[in-house]
Amino acid sequence: MSNSNFSRRGVLKTGAIASAGLAVPTYLRADGHTGFTNAPADGGAVKFGFNVPQTGPYAEEGLDELRAQELAVEHLNGIGDGGLLNTFSEKNLDGTGILGHKVEFVTGDTQTKSDVARASAQSMIQKDGCIMINGGSSSGVAVAVQGLCQDAGVIFMAGLTHSNDTTGKDKKANGFRHFFNGYMSGAALGPVLEAEYGNERNAYHLTADYTWGWTQQESIQASTEALGWTTNQNVLTPVGAGDFSSYIAPVLNSGADTLILNHYGGDMVNSLTQAVQFGLKDKQVNGKDFTIIVPLYSELMAAGAGSNIQGVFGSMNWNWQLQDEGTKAFVKSFGEKFGFPPSGAAHTCYVQTLLYADAVTRAGTFNPCGVAEALEDFDFDGMGNGPTSYRGADHQCFKDVLVMKGTDNPTNQFDTLEIVEVTPRAQVEYEPDHPMFAGGDLGECNPGA
Amino acid sequence: MLGMNGKDTTLFIVVCLMVLLAPILLNPFPTGSAFAQFNAGYPALLQRFVIFGILVIGFNILFGLTGYLSFGHAAFLGVGSFAAVWMFKLLSYNIVPAIVLSVIVAGLFSVVIGYVSLRRSGIYFSILTLAFAQMMYSIAYSDLVGKVIGTPITNGETGLQVYNDDPQILLGDGPKTPHLFGLEMNSSFTWDVGGWSFVFQNGYYLAGILMIASFYLAIRIFRSPFGLVLRSIKSNQNRLNYTGISTRPYMLTAFVISGMYAGLAGGLLAAMDPLTGAERMFWTASGEIVIMSILGGVGTLIGPILGAGVIKYMENIVSTINDNVVHGWVAFMPDGLENFFVAIIHPFIGKGWHLTLGLVFMAVVIFLPGGLVELGQRIGAKFRRKKSPESAATSAEKGTV
Repeated sequence: MSNSNFSRRGVLKTGAIASAGLAVPTYLRADGHTGFTNAPADGGAVKFGFNVPQTGPYAEEGLDELRAQELAVEHLNGIGDGGLLNTFSEKNLDGTGILGHKVEFVTGDTQTKSDVARASAQSMIQKDGCIMINGGSSSGVAVAVQGLCQDAGVIFMAGLTHSNDTTGKDKKANGFRHFFNGYMSGAALGPVLEAEYGNERNAYHLTADYTWGWTQQESIQASTEALGWTTNQNVLTPVGAGDFSSYIAPVLNSGADTLILNHYGGDMVNSLTQAVQFGLKDKQVNGKDFTIIVPLYSELMAAGAGSNIQGVFGSMNWNWQLQDEGTKAFVKSFGEKFGFPPSGAAHTCYVQTLLYADAVTRAGTFNPCGVAEALEDFDFDGMGNGPTSYRGADHQCFKDVLVMKGTDNPTNQFDTLEIVEVTPRAQVEYEPDHPMFAGGDLGECNPGA
Repeated sequence: MLGMNGKDTTLFIVVCLMVLLAPILLNPFPTGSAFAQFNAGYPALLQRFVIFGILVIGFNILFGLTGYLSFGHAAFLGVGSFAAVWMFKLLSYNIVPAIVLSVIVAGLFSVVIGYVSLRRSGIYFSILTLAFAQMMYSIAYSDLVGKVIGTPITNGETGLQVYNDDPQILLGDGPKTPHLFGLEMNSSFTWDVGGWSFVFQNGYYLAGILMIASFYLAIRIFRSPFGLVLRSIKSNQNRLNYTGISTRPYMLTAFVISGMYAGLAGGLLAAMDPLTGAERMFWTASGEIVIMSILGGVGTLIGPILGAGVIKYMENIVSTINDNVVHGWVAFMPDGLENFFVAIIHPFIGKGWHLTLGLVFMAVVIFLPGGLVELGQRIGAKFRRKKSPESAATSAEKGTV
């Protein structure tokens, strides 16, 4: 190298700067213990972080979640008609915030990418001082953010995540899931499909290539094969592919008479529309009418797919057409504020926010360990799903599951899906160590700080 | 100092001070004030500033000096992250083996990809690197390696993370979070002064010190005879060939160095947050690196670091500003005006941050072809010019007297 003129003064100066630099992190140790991460100040506000996709293939669901979360915060602060607080079986929340703290929220865009979602959640926890992270669409993101919240010591109330892994092999002590999962969809759909399509079907699966797609496909395959169906093939497709025609063309000559689309959001809208354009619905194979099944439905997908979903079966966590008091109250306050009925994703995120608030009130503290204890094995009702319980062993909610069908003759733009059956909770329950959920470890609850 | 000339020494010291004091400098607004939204001084974002700083410093050695535009640099970042997470899964949460392996693996990949891609120059080189990177992305995304071996290697879209039942043969009673011989990366010290609260985090300082070291190495490379050869490749590669200098070994060396920088950045990303996914290798991530360099100023020492900072700032801060926040700022206005104002701003904030970034990028490319560094130079020149007529005037006055 050219100019290596080390002078005594130069070396001393650099040495001093370098050692000062090295000394900084060792000198600055972890600070005093407040007990848990982001404890709210006395009389100050408490902050929730609503981390949802606002761009990308699941953006529609994310934006609807955001509306519901905003509504939940209003209800907790005593603005509006109170919504589900009036029908909830616990009466601890009175519209004065939580434990005397006014509720505020910050929002973030996950872009349906794990890295971005984690960056956004970190910003919520480190910069905005959020005590709880709620929401999200896509199980890949939920699993990633759940791990982050476990490490950071805040509670994660998962939003729209349907993979078995979220409360299976990736379950975490600080994470809770109200939404149902792939196994429950399979268990609920099985008997209905048997009644409708018989026992001799040959199914072709198109599956979104990530944790949700894999586990849902596994669950549906298991429950349809139990009926006597055969599985022709399972083809994995990338998330956000946009064009599925190259995946659908081979279905025509595969000899399958049923297409199962393990897709969600914008992907499902595209793949279903293209399947219909290829004439699959009008086809006859093996002497039977060709059938399409979409195991996981949402209103937003149904609206996006338009008339293509007519007669297509699927399952849902909750639907606004249910006739119980909780559903009516929620649909009323959501509809009055936004002018259309809420989606299932919106319902889950709304309920999760209230459940968290209620657990804090019952525990008497925001400490994640206290909140987790209050949520574990907690039975409640009046939230639109009938009697529900949060299982302590894996932090999964158990409740009835809806089997849905695309309405054959819709009467208005919101009349896209009809409820075929409300599958009772007992039929979709499973043991925490069921093979599809085995291998995980809840670990210890982490209060952080 | 340390073999640098005066100007470089000043720049180096400025960078050192900025890195060390960033938790204070980037937190100008008191917590709880209306503008606290704009604070960037929290550990997760600071880490990204310096880690992406390392990435673009390395990228600049290739693109800035030789003019070869690699459009697949994110692939090296990705393999670095995967290597690091695998070290966490197999050995322990100590970050030293993880970072060392991530640099080595990224180096190996860049030798192979560079050897093939550097047979072409210009647009063909860019396309070749892009193709390789997309290939690696697809392999990681569908976990093709894992499917051949029978156990997840990249774990597809879900991403790779550490589970409690992983082997971790050296873990023992060690910390269950990334650490440097016991110094946990995510533990921090909070300093509350007045309305401010400054957070100093171990992980940030580790990444910051590595960035300073990377920056120092880059200065030495820029000023070395080797750097001179790279510059001459940019100005006229043919003439260099005719002079009898074989350029390819120089090119390959520059490519591998820059790939190893990317590997280091990838390893550090995993060390700060032990999870990784294929999306880090997607072509948009590679494009982002190019944009960072151009935005800041290609071929300058400090430019790319500034560019990385601006882009990460927009991504993390502008994207979190929502309508409610804007309503809070302009609450003093009459209602109609307030709503009008919010409606005007709405497309540029929250999910519209890409639009804002695009406009800034266009403005920089059109009006400041030299990037943000040129902006700094022009402002500097303005001040100097203002001074010089004055001094001329005073001297003229003196002359008359």
